[in-house]
Amino acid sequence: MYAFDLARPADLAGAVATLQTEGAQALGGGQTLIPVLKQRLSQPSVLVDLSGIDSMKGIRRAGEFLIIGGGTTHGTVAGSAEVASSIPAITALASKIGDPQVRNRGTIGGSVANNDPAACYPSAVMALGATVETNKREIAAEEFFQGLYTTSLEEGEIVTAVKFPIPVAATYQKFEQPASRFSLTSVFLAKMGDGSVRVGVTGAGADGVFRHAGLEAALSSDFSAAAVDGVSVDAAMMSNDLHATPEYRAHLVKVMTKRAVAALS
Amino acid sequence: MPKDGGIGASVVRREDTRFLKGKGRYTDDMNRPGQTYAYILRSSLAHATLNNVDTAAASAAPGVIRVFTGEDITAAGLGGVPCGWQITDKHGDPMKEPLHPILAVGKVRHVGDPIAVVVAETYEQARDAAELIDVDMTDLPAVVNMRTAETSGHQVHEEAPDNVCYDWELGDKEGTDAAFANAHHITTLEFINNRLVANPMEPRCALGDYDENDEHYTLYTTSQNPHVIRLLMGAFVLNIPEHKLRVYAPDVGGGFGSKIYHYAEEAFVTWASKQIRRPVKWTADRSEAFISDAHGRDHVTKAELAMDAEGKFLGLRADTYANMGAYLSTFAPCVPTWLHATLLAGQYTTPMVHARVRAMFTNTVPVDAYRGAGRPEATYLLERIINKAAQEIGLDQAEIRRRNFIRTFPYDTPVALQYDTGDYDATLNAVMETADYAGFEARRAEAASRGKLRGIGLSCYIEACGIAPSALVGALGARAGLYEAATIRVNPTGSVSVMTGAHSHGQGHETTFAQVVSDALGIPADQIEIIHGDTDKIPFGMGTYGSRSLAVGGSAIVKAVDKVVAKGKKIAAHLLEAAESDIIFEDGQYKVAGTDKAKAFAEISLAAYVPHNYPIDEIEPGLEETAFYDPKNFTYPAGSYLCEVEVDPETGKVEIVAMTASDDFGNIVNPMIVEGQVHGGLAQGIGQALLENCAYDEHGQLVSGSFMDYAMPLAVDLPNFVVETVEGTPCTHNPLGVKGCGEAGAIGSPPALINAVVDAIKGYGIDHIDMPATSLNVWTTIQNASAKQAAE
Repeated sequence: MYAFDLARPADLAGAVATLQTEGAQALGGGQTLIPVLKQRLSQPSVLVDLSGIDSMKGIRRAGEFLIIGGGTTHGTVAGSAEVASSIPAITALASKIGDPQVRNRGTIGGSVANNDPAACYPSAVMALGATVETNKREIAAEEFFQGLYTTSLEEGEIVTAVKFPIPVAATYQKFEQPASRFSLTSVFLAKMGDGSVRVGVTGAGADGVFRHAGLEAALSSDFSAAAVDGVSVDAAMMSNDLHATPEYRAHLVKVMTKRAVAALS
Repeated sequence: MPKDGGIGASVVRREDTRFLKGKGRYTDDMNRPGQTYAYILRSSLAHATLNNVDTAAASAAPGVIRVFTGEDITAAGLGGVPCGWQITDKHGDPMKEPLHPILAVGKVRHVGDPIAVVVAETYEQARDAAELIDVDMTDLPAVVNMRTAETSGHQVHEEAPDNVCYDWELGDKEGTDAAFANAHHITTLEFINNRLVANPMEPRCALGDYDENDEHYTLYTTSQNPHVIRLLMGAFVLNIPEHKLRVYAPDVGGGFGSKIYHYAEEAFVTWASKQIRRPVKWTADRSEAFISDAHGRDHVTKAELAMDAEGKFLGLRADTYANMGAYLSTFAPCVPTWLHATLLAGQYTTPMVHARVRAMFTNTVPVDAYRGAGRPEATYLLERIINKAAQEIGLDQAEIRRRNFIRTFPYDTPVALQYDTGDYDATLNAVMETADYAGFEARRAEAASRGKLRGIGLSCYIEACGIAPSALVGALGARAGLYEAATIRVNPTGSVSVMTGAHSHGQGHETTFAQVVSDALGIPADQIEIIHGDTDKIPFGMGTYGSRSLAVGGSAIVKAVDKVVAKGKKIAAHLLEAAESDIIFEDGQYKVAGTDKAKAFAEISLAAYVPHNYPIDEIEPGLEETAFYDPKNFTYPAGSYLCEVEVDPETGKVEIVAMTASDDFGNIVNPMIVEGQVHGGLAQGIGQALLENCAYDEHGQLVSGSFMDYAMPLAVDLPNFVVETVEGTPCTHNPLGVKGCGEAGAIGSPPALINAVVDAIKGYGIDHIDMPATSLNVWTTIQNASAKQAAE
């Protein structure tokens, strides 16, 4: 990697101030950024390590919301009794990210801010209609994710927490890419208190994470595998690579959705 | 002596103490005073004219000592990277053997081809400076597909206008054609044997250290065979006499073949160290390993099997394209020929076999031997086409094999080998019983009730290990002998240092070889030290590959031990005042037959070094013996593997639910290590069959150039293996009766797995699927077959 300065602010204000430096880059758990730096694909002047900011860590229940601090590691989420009792689907999701080393370093804030099209968390954020909290504002999931590796975060803006509404029930069905073990096509399905069913899909979309309106409408009126069969999932909106064709991904969206329905039935 | 430490005991591996504690001593752990660091600028294009390499800015960068290009190498008069095996083609002409330069000159020929090297005070400075090198290249169309390389109109090398390295054949073509003319049924199969990246845990590393006082060079390197590197590099590249060159391969973190070869980086650091009068170290990172380590496999084959009405094999034809990549790696030419076509009889009496092999140059990384080397390709060919034949004529997959097994030995195959011994029914019977073959249909039905398609696949492999004799391989084109050497140095107080030419890079030689010596000398294994890897310490040996270490290297040790014992008898006869012919050696004691007079091994060794009372007129003092062992023949391990899979028809995902291996390795020294070797081989074979896909795009870019896209098998992908060895048929021509076990798992498992997948999805009218059987591949194959069925 190229040489850079390392800042380890102890509080959010310090981090925000340091991120004003020209070429500064926030560092969460570094599970994406560090490999990128090692390959010399990025050359920040200052790396602002957020891991010393205690206010960004932790998990709490606030009424009908589960709030996970942006600096909370996947391992902490996976092992949290609060998460397991509030939204066990997130426990399952976090426990399947990477390997123990990745889970002990990677953070939810880093994951959503990076918006890797194959990352797991964005599907939950979208499906549950979560709110991304930053040092400046609250951003609705639909507004937050803006396509591959792109979010509505402004320069220097930090994800401080993700606020998940508690669903009636939810499940995460992951189908792994064989090499990276990221999502090849995974579905986060949630039944909400208002009776709606929401379907977040990650790994598959050519523009990254998405909700599928057709599946949601069909399942909201008839929560069954047969309802999924009747929905058309358009391959044209899916990505294409060595591991899956758009047709295969479109097919897997339906298979994973049906498995999600079965898991909640 | 304690038999629990000798041959046949599952002694815990002594080397694991340092490995498991992170205390292994690897090449990159070696550091020399004044050491510098090399960073290699590699081509990002697969095929391009190299117009100019401007190093001025890089040379002036901080910390830079020197920047080298191909022109510097040419000016110094260095040779190219040599090839160790020459194939003679079917017309009697030598293969095309273009120059493989240390650094590219005039052209780059694959992504990763080295263009320039920056040597600097630190690795970071060298890498920083490399970004300042201005390379002027003109992109040329890349030759990527070996099937169309002949007619592509573009040349990787001018010396090979149609990109053919050689067009070679083996076997009786007319006889085979006649067998096909009389066939009742002919089965045809076209398939690929997928290209692989070896990916040992430790990337390659080389450290060159020139001592101007003695005009002596030391190369520390990640090698499976340090003497071979010393010979090839010293004689063919750098013109350094052997006595002025030490090659030391300390602990090596896996090789799988990819560290057999002499690589350009080794020659470069050794030469550059003299140019700058300081040690030069180069260490690959993982991305660099993907584009600079030799790859494996990469065949495209059309095979045909002729049978009579009873399923008896009459003839086999194989027409193979083998990818050599952009240059000939050390042993590349022999892999698809003498290590592949010669195995096409398999375990069967097929009387007529004819193989044609076209080796092709392409703008890809060089391809060479990878765990099994040619024999997995041969086994896959045979064991796949046999299952397709069984499917076509409606015979059980075990039954068709039984009808064709070789049962009399020695057996001369139609493809140049003589099998000394074997019992193929024994391993087949054992695996069928252990894996409950008879009960499979019930398991298939149970899986179907869960929506899963269950299949079972059999594979019966044979391999040829311990490549030799030297005279034979020399006649076949090898530019080296293939014996092995050992020195037994008995120390004055009776401990023993064993210097072996074999090299351990995970195999456990330090344990196994000590067991062999312990058994022979009747002394505890902890009195025995195994020394390997350093050309300054060991006799000239050929290293480790082709499952040869115990069969050839272990035999050399036995021969040297025999010499030690013979000399010890002379000393004992003198001390015991008996005739030499009355001395017997057993359980670590020299005894006078029929009496209770005896001398311990250590007493004799002390007498040899303190020869006060000694037959000094008859023999020299000291007790140290060297033996070179050149085998009479290959060894022929064989076995039967059964794999059971469940396919999820909705996703195409294959789950391996059982993998059972039954092997005949002849005599076994350490059953635990043998089982571990089979486990590792199975993991790599399953990796090939299920996951690993080294893919290039049409421009010659490596698409799967990192672990994000190149799928390695993880523990979660593998079942609990059931591995057993039958009461074996010992090798008839080496003193240990051993055959070799390192590659069996990687040879036997891919066809077993693919046969199981095909068995699972045959209901769709499917009779073949290429490796790797990824979810995408299986799902797409099912979709296409379903569409075809619907159309019919």
